[in-house]
Amino acid sequence: MAGTLAPSRTGRVVLMVLAFAFLALFIVAPLVAVFVEALSKGIATYGAALVEPDALSAIKLTLLVAAISVPLNVLFGLAASWAITKFDFPAKNLLITLIDLPFSVSPVVAGLIYVLLFGAQGWLGPWLEAHNVQIIFAVPGIVLATTFITFPFVARELIPLMEEQGRDDEEAAISLGASGWQAFRKVTLPNVRWALLYGVLLCNARAMGEFGAVSVVSGHIRGKTNTMPLHVEILYNEYNFAAAFAVASLLALLALATLALKSILEWRYGVHGKGHP
Amino acid sequence: MDLPDISVDTGGGRRPRRSSFVQPSVIPGFGLTFGFTLAWLCLIVLLPLSALFLRATGMSWHDFLEVGFSTRALRAYQLSFGASLAAGAVNTVSGLIIAWVLVRYSFPGKRLIGALVDLPFALPTAVAGIALTALYAQNGWIGGLIAPLGVKIAFTRAGVVIALIFIGLPFVVRSVEPVLADVGADVEEAAATLGATPLQTFRRVILPAIGPALLTGFALAFARGVGEYGSVIFIAGNMPYRSEIAPLLIVTQLEQFDYAGATAIASVMLVAAFVVLLFVNLLQRWTRKRGVA
Amino acid sequence: MARIINKAAGTEVPRRRVVAGLLATAAGVAMLAGCTSKSDAGNQAGAATIQLLNVSYDPTRELYKDINTAFAKQWQAQHGQSVTIDMSHGGSGKQSRAVIDGLGADVVTLALAYDIDAIAQKTKLLDPNWQSRLPDNSAPYTSTIVFLVRKGNPKGIHDWGDLVKPGVQVITPNPKTSGGARWNFLAAWAYGKKVGGSDAAAQKYVSRLFAQVPVLDSGARGATTTFTERGIGDVLLAWENEAFLAQNELGKGKFDIVVPSISILAEPPVAVIDGNAAKHGTNAVATAYLKFLYTPQAQELIARHYYRPRDPQVAAKYGNLFPRLDLVTIKDFGGWQAAQARYFADGGVFDQIEAGIHH
Repeated sequence: MAGTLAPSRTGRVVLMVLAFAFLALFIVAPLVAVFVEALSKGIATYGAALVEPDALSAIKLTLLVAAISVPLNVLFGLAASWAITKFDFPAKNLLITLIDLPFSVSPVVAGLIYVLLFGAQGWLGPWLEAHNVQIIFAVPGIVLATTFITFPFVARELIPLMEEQGRDDEEAAISLGASGWQAFRKVTLPNVRWALLYGVLLCNARAMGEFGAVSVVSGHIRGKTNTMPLHVEILYNEYNFAAAFAVASLLALLALATLALKSILEWRYGVHGKGHP
Repeated sequence: MDLPDISVDTGGGRRPRRSSFVQPSVIPGFGLTFGFTLAWLCLIVLLPLSALFLRATGMSWHDFLEVGFSTRALRAYQLSFGASLAAGAVNTVSGLIIAWVLVRYSFPGKRLIGALVDLPFALPTAVAGIALTALYAQNGWIGGLIAPLGVKIAFTRAGVVIALIFIGLPFVVRSVEPVLADVGADVEEAAATLGATPLQTFRRVILPAIGPALLTGFALAFARGVGEYGSVIFIAGNMPYRSEIAPLLIVTQLEQFDYAGATAIASVMLVAAFVVLLFVNLLQRWTRKRGVA
Repeated sequence: MARIINKAAGTEVPRRRVVAGLLATAAGVAMLAGCTSKSDAGNQAGAATIQLLNVSYDPTRELYKDINTAFAKQWQAQHGQSVTIDMSHGGSGKQSRAVIDGLGADVVTLALAYDIDAIAQKTKLLDPNWQSRLPDNSAPYTSTIVFLVRKGNPKGIHDWGDLVKPGVQVITPNPKTSGGARWNFLAAWAYGKKVGGSDAAAQKYVSRLFAQVPVLDSGARGATTTFTERGIGDVLLAWENEAFLAQNELGKGKFDIVVPSISILAEPPVAVIDGNAAKHGTNAVATAYLKFLYTPQAQELIARHYYRPRDPQVAAKYGNLFPRLDLVTIKDFGGWQAAQARYFADGGVFDQIEAGIHH
């Protein structure tokens, strides 16, 4: 490993110190702060904050929302990247940009658009009201807002990779008699599985952690429409800081666990050894 | 926000008409995947967003300009875009350094560090906001250290930049990392053998190779930062004209029951975001084509 | 080769494929629809358990936790029906907007009448004369705006005039987004007008006051946290009940309350949202719930949570907790509609003040 940009052993040290300092300041410190604050009142308070009924229902709701919106976005990501990378058609850039769009739309706006559409004063409000269907301020609204926010995550991971890998493998498979589905399953999927997994993890983490958009469409009903991030805000606003950080630390743990899982899988299958990342 | 170019005339069924839209290919599945992509895109993204624009068109052009480009709104855009730009710039440099260290050096705990980089993706933004505020406030761990120097971070514009640095860092690292790994140390060694200084090697060999990825990372961090809300409101002072971000202005309008005002500002931000993303995608495509040629 | 052509030919029926794509989308929509909840709104009037949704503002969390328990006990005893009350808390304006957009509140208990007026105006859920339906302008408790300062009052703050002394930092939430902050603003205005004798003098005073504000949180709770936890500012303009809460529970011995010479009588009103309650069949219980707030038992809880009770006997009992001071009311500002339009609407006095400070 030594010898790259060879003369500078000092350069290497300087770069590493810089990188670590930056990470410590911006990534590790907030993480540590969350756990320190969470445990500031002792482990008993910490545990109590997590098994309290409102916290439990928030955890359940968060898991439910992720369980619906993540698979939908995986399906979409696979379809979109197949259509975009295996075929040539006009205005492809426009399509990619539109897929990226939710990513830079402010979460607040993401919530707002669903209120404009499904709220009592919105386009479909009267119709929904007449049919007694509740979307905003109920689970479907939260799922929709989350799906919107995490919309590009899987596609974003897959498109550049599949673009780079080209079409030769699939074309070869099909010329050898494979069906499109077989080519996808036996050729494409193994090639992109790490990017796919990575996309799923990001998508899931964002789905569970989304605050702004969900906050607009949730209605904040305790024990009913509060997701974990909203529950954190509520506890924080109740001056119950230790409990707020306790629930927050659970989300952080979840994040760390998924990231660890990804690292283990990568290591197990030696993914870095291959030519394709 | 309709798609004038993508009319779904793929249903022609005859080769000449079909190829006018999609190039012939031996790979099947275009109709299925493209149809699904388009339909899902319309349903989740375009239809709801069009609701926003239609609300905005309910205002007269004059009113729209008045609300969407009032002095206060302009200051808010300035802060949102300026802080995102600043944070993006910081992240481009530090993200490159971190990616470099992760790709080129081996050291104990490397995997752990690598995983930690993704934390901002996973940590809920509100949690990040609370934690960063606790750290950078005058009585916080870090804020307390620099307060004697007369530097204030939390509740100023600097606080906004700090939050956006946190939010944007992984975008740069993750964009650059794979490309940097592909360039390979051997290329550098070759350049070094040919007598290039490290700086020359970096500028002539590495930077051109990772340039597009770096730019992508920067743009993604930038685009994400412009709309960021959850982490910023805790650490910004939220003072009108000074430390008020554009998404907060939208919320403020909403809480005054002013949907028209909120949609006007939201539309401006949306168009800006769209233009940035389109620019990046075109640029990426262009560099890729140039690379092939 | 023949095979390739064959396969390619297979793609020549894209219409069917597009249809398949649309069908797949429909499946996705069905998945979403699967989780669509028919609102559990069905008429609950005769059910064994009944649910109420109380949509409230930020600082009432602790109060309604106690009120709900007491009311549920009483209702169970009187009607043999168990009642659970769901709570939603947030900034008053935001909560009002949520109800307008379809949040199915049976009752609202907000920070100002303006926010309930907005519901009456923008929906058909509520009688425009809602405020006369319950005693005391439908406000079962009141509060006022006081100062919270650091222990020992190091900056020597005794009245509104001291807030604009050089070097004093004032913390208040943003009047545009926080109901409490609007009361702050009007109380400051009342002082400026009393001392200066004119609206122009009042505006000058309030401008100087807001020039000393370093952080504008969007809600009352955020402002309290900024002051107490982050250590920003010398004085917090706060609801009296929030000031007591901060003094007694957040940092015992870290803060003092200063009562100014003049302030405003804040009347947080309550109302049954008739349209929603009728749909849910909860009219009777919702009305009983709000009337319960006026009973001595509830008034006692109200006083214990540092709100000023309406009941004279309870008020007398807690008299030494709540100092008497000169209080203006919203009527002195021509009511909420007029005050909102003049001071807080876009381009109104508050916007002019902010623009003046930062230009």
